[in-house]
Amino acid sequence: MALQPQNGIITPEMAKIPQGPLEKKWTNYKDHQKLVNPANKRKLDIIVVGTGLAGASAAASLAEMGFNVLNFCIQDSPRRAHSIAAQGGINAAKNYQNDGDSIYRLYYDTIKGGDYRAREANVYRLAEVSNSIIDQCVAQGVPFAREYGGLLDNRSFGGAQVSRTFYAKGQTGQQLLLGAYSALSRQIGKGKVKMYTRYEMLDLVMIKDENGEDRARGIIARNLVTGRIERFFAHAVVIGTGGYGNTFFLSTNAMASNGSAAMQMYRHGAFFANPCYAQIHPTCIPKHGDFQSKLTLMSESLRNDGRIWVPKKLEDAKKLQAGTLKGRDIPEEDRDYYLERRYPAFGNLVPRDVASRAAKERCDKGFGVNNTGLAVFLDFSDAIKRLGKDVVAQKYGNLFQMYEKIVDENPYENPMMIFPAIHYTMGGIWVDYELQTSVKGLFCIGEANFSDHGANRLGASALMQGLADGYFVLPYTIQNYLADQISVPRMSTDLPEFAAAEKAVQDKIQKLMSIQGKRSVDSIHKELGLIMWDFVGMGRTAEGLKTAIKKIDEIKKEFWSNVFIPGKADSLNNELEKALRLADFIEIGRLMAVDALHREESCGGHFREEYQTPDGEALRQDDKFSYVGCWKYTGEDKEPELIKEPLDYEFTERKTRNYKA
Amino acid sequence: MDQNINIKVKVWRQAGPKEQGHFETYELQNIFQGASFLEMIDILNEKLISEHKDPIAFDHDCREGICGMCSLYVNGHPHGPDQEITTCQLHMRKFHDGETITIEPWRSRAFPVIKDLMVDRSAYDKIMQAGGFVSVNTGGVPDANAIAIPKPVADEAMDAASCIGCGACAAACKNGSAMLFVSAKVSQLALLPQGKIEAARRAKAMVAKMDELGFGNCTNTGACAAECPKSVSLANIARLNREFICAKFKD
Ligand SMILES: Cc1cc2nc3c(=O)[nH]c(=O)nc-3n(C[C@H](O)[C@H](O)[C@H](O)COP(=O)(O)OP(=O)(O)OC[C@H]3O[C@@H](n4cnc5c(N)ncnc54)[C@H](O)[C@@H]3O)c2cc1C
Ligand code: SF4
Ligand code: FES
Repeated sequence: MALQPQNGIITPEMAKIPQGPLEKKWTNYKDHQKLVNPANKRKLDIIVVGTGLAGASAAASLAEMGFNVLNFCIQDSPRRAHSIAAQGGINAAKNYQNDGDSIYRLYYDTIKGGDYRAREANVYRLAEVSNSIIDQCVAQGVPFAREYGGLLDNRSFGGAQVSRTFYAKGQTGQQLLLGAYSALSRQIGKGKVKMYTRYEMLDLVMIKDENGEDRARGIIARNLVTGRIERFFAHAVVIGTGGYGNTFFLSTNAMASNGSAAMQMYRHGAFFANPCYAQIHPTCIPKHGDFQSKLTLMSESLRNDGRIWVPKKLEDAKKLQAGTLKGRDIPEEDRDYYLERRYPAFGNLVPRDVASRAAKERCDKGFGVNNTGLAVFLDFSDAIKRLGKDVVAQKYGNLFQMYEKIVDENPYENPMMIFPAIHYTMGGIWVDYELQTSVKGLFCIGEANFSDHGANRLGASALMQGLADGYFVLPYTIQNYLADQISVPRMSTDLPEFAAAEKAVQDKIQKLMSIQGKRSVDSIHKELGLIMWDFVGMGRTAEGLKTAIKKIDEIKKEFWSNVFIPGKADSLNNELEKALRLADFIEIGRLMAVDALHREESCGGHFREEYQTPDGEALRQDDKFSYVGCWKYTGEDKEPELIKEPLDYEFTERKTRNYKA
Repeated sequence: MDQNINIKVKVWRQAGPKEQGHFETYELQNIFQGASFLEMIDILNEKLISEHKDPIAFDHDCREGICGMCSLYVNGHPHGPDQEITTCQLHMRKFHDGETITIEPWRSRAFPVIKDLMVDRSAYDKIMQAGGFVSVNTGGVPDANAIAIPKPVADEAMDAASCIGCGACAAACKNGSAMLFVSAKVSQLALLPQGKIEAARRAKAMVAKMDELGFGNCTNTGACAAECPKSVSLANIARLNREFICAKFKD
């Protein structure tokens, strides 16, 4: 039998943390895990949902090893997964710059950046495999930036004092994903991966084994072109469906990014870990109107050379807000470079949560610089003076162009305006060291799991984690599970479990279609987004979170009684797709609020206003909250049950994060 | 300064791949010029939904010019009248009050319409599956700095690699040729030492697949590069031709 939590506590045995010193754990694991021999690999089918960095790298690697892979994505091509939009870069502990970097240092920065809320063993493994990722990508032909000597170039990202970020112009995610996509394409061409594009997973199928234990054995998916609901079997299911930032409606995520697969897993017994840990990215283009459909990120790499400021004088801020003054006209002595002032050691390169809160603090005090008062400046005039316009253009040209197309203002001449926006979710489905969820045979990789970033993710570490999971971790750990499955024959999708799962999906769709109310899906989603931003955003309070829960419950009622979906269910229907996703966003929003309410401390991206130091920094409560907060589904409209995985730091001393000195 | 404008949009509506399509015209009032083009379609769709009509189907995802999902012929241009951008990056400030804007799907033999403005571009994926990769498996590769690559070469490979696979090149071409797309991948990989080894075979396999899938021949009109949102250069086509001749020569 699989291990279960004891008295609501997940033990290290259940989390499958290998024995031994930190730096030996992964090697020990690999030395002793079970493997599947080549002849048996051919007999095993694996479903991989998602073609982002995590899904594509996993699908390609598993197929190369000999497994039969079924791979799914919503977009019309695997190359278009949301990972494509990542701009800034990917971290690795190569120490090519000889600036003192090491695996330990990358580990330490990540643990500290996550505010000591991640698992030590996982983070160390991440740092350990980071170097192989860069090697792999270069071998695939990823055109990383190089120096004149022909070797790879690096830049700095927030939360680190070394240069360990590899990049490909401002299109790193694109190039890494195209690398993984090319490996995937090769396997599709060979027939080892069967690719299903424009398909959306709508449920997981569980079948009991001979011991009466549930195992993930397949999925139900909707063909988005024909509207047909289809059944798929596999010996194991891997989910790499990305994060749930779009709960906020406005985010930097792509339009189809969603949390539905996570909710499907959750409803089948997988724990949802730390849902309240969401990252608000400090440098996004401010909102410009109610019709707005998404927010655009300006890469963190801009903080290498850009300086963030607001005016010192309130009267200047008022004029900026009224549009009678331009940023460039404010003299140097009247500018408040508040990050450099508050955090001299890290300056503009403090981690994202710190930078975002500092921007909010200034804007709350009235120093915002645009018509809504919700923006700060990101200024390149010093960099242009120091490096010349050409060098700045070479480094950031495409980002500047993007900004100008959206805002209609030239950032070479007038400072950019930026404001925080929801960007990434550290929380996600709980997985053990093997990336297996609390449901047997169900694995979760990439942003969709909770694993490595604790309460806050450092820049350039999501790409690292997605590819680590997909290329170098899952292909090993999944074998430990599959080794016992070689005698399990392929099952028919006519089994009653498949039929029942399909019927439940059909019923849900029918229910949605038959509401025929007055509200569009988006109008309800926008309402949810505002509640999330106001009460579950950058500054949270017990009172606000209780209000949020109440309001979200009302939205749920409104949605299920008054949504209108045009068209038919059995044909292409974008509104139905959006409605199915929104139904889950509403549940996730509530779960985020419940988790945020229970966590009476501030850590990383989770800031409870009741818990801060006198100068406004996050105040952790290690004695009470040093654990992963896992939520277990107990039934529709029932309160979830809290299960804890204690985080006992064995190898690293927990300190107060300090970016000042 | 951005203002509110009133416009008409003439949109291609087609219920399914085998149905007859037609243009339909809609009027929109008070569209803010700071809105993106796709946000304008969102507004129109919200209006259609409120009238219990079928919203316009169109492809989009990242809405920041990188995923290649958005398409659309706007006023006769793939990705609209602005330069070096995708449709999702187009803003309403490029249009004036009272204007009628025509919106059509990609029109190319190899990209059949699925519904309204959505087309099937899986042919591009199939070309990639035929050879758009370096044949390496995960693991067992040399250190990333083992091979130095001159910066100008790496930069050129990066420029070729910026292709987002949107299909505008084939849609813009009167012959429906996919040469710009194919040449971008062939060039990126042929320029780098890692990809050079298979360069000839790759060029041949990808071109053969392109022909098989019904894309037309390249007659060097240059329409593709003129409309490419990522400024992928025609020089790539010249390089592809060289690799291709080289491959034929070896046969
Ligand atoms: C604008 C932006 C910039 C970023 N920049 C950086 C950066 O510079 N460095 C960094 O490290 N990180 C960055 N990040 C974060 C990083 O890009 C993401 O965390 C990461 O790419 C997520 O990868 P993934 O594979 O987990 O998921 P995704 O790339 O989101 O892929 C999800 C996949 O799942 C599929 N899918 C989802 N639901 C379903 C379903 N129900 N059925 C079928 N398929 C489904 C989708 O079609 C897609 O293929 C950035 C993020 C954003 C938004
Ligand atoms: S070459 Fe240009 S137009 Fe053609 S697919 Fe690539 S980005 Fe689009
Ligand atoms: S929607 Fe991604 S490029 Fe336009």
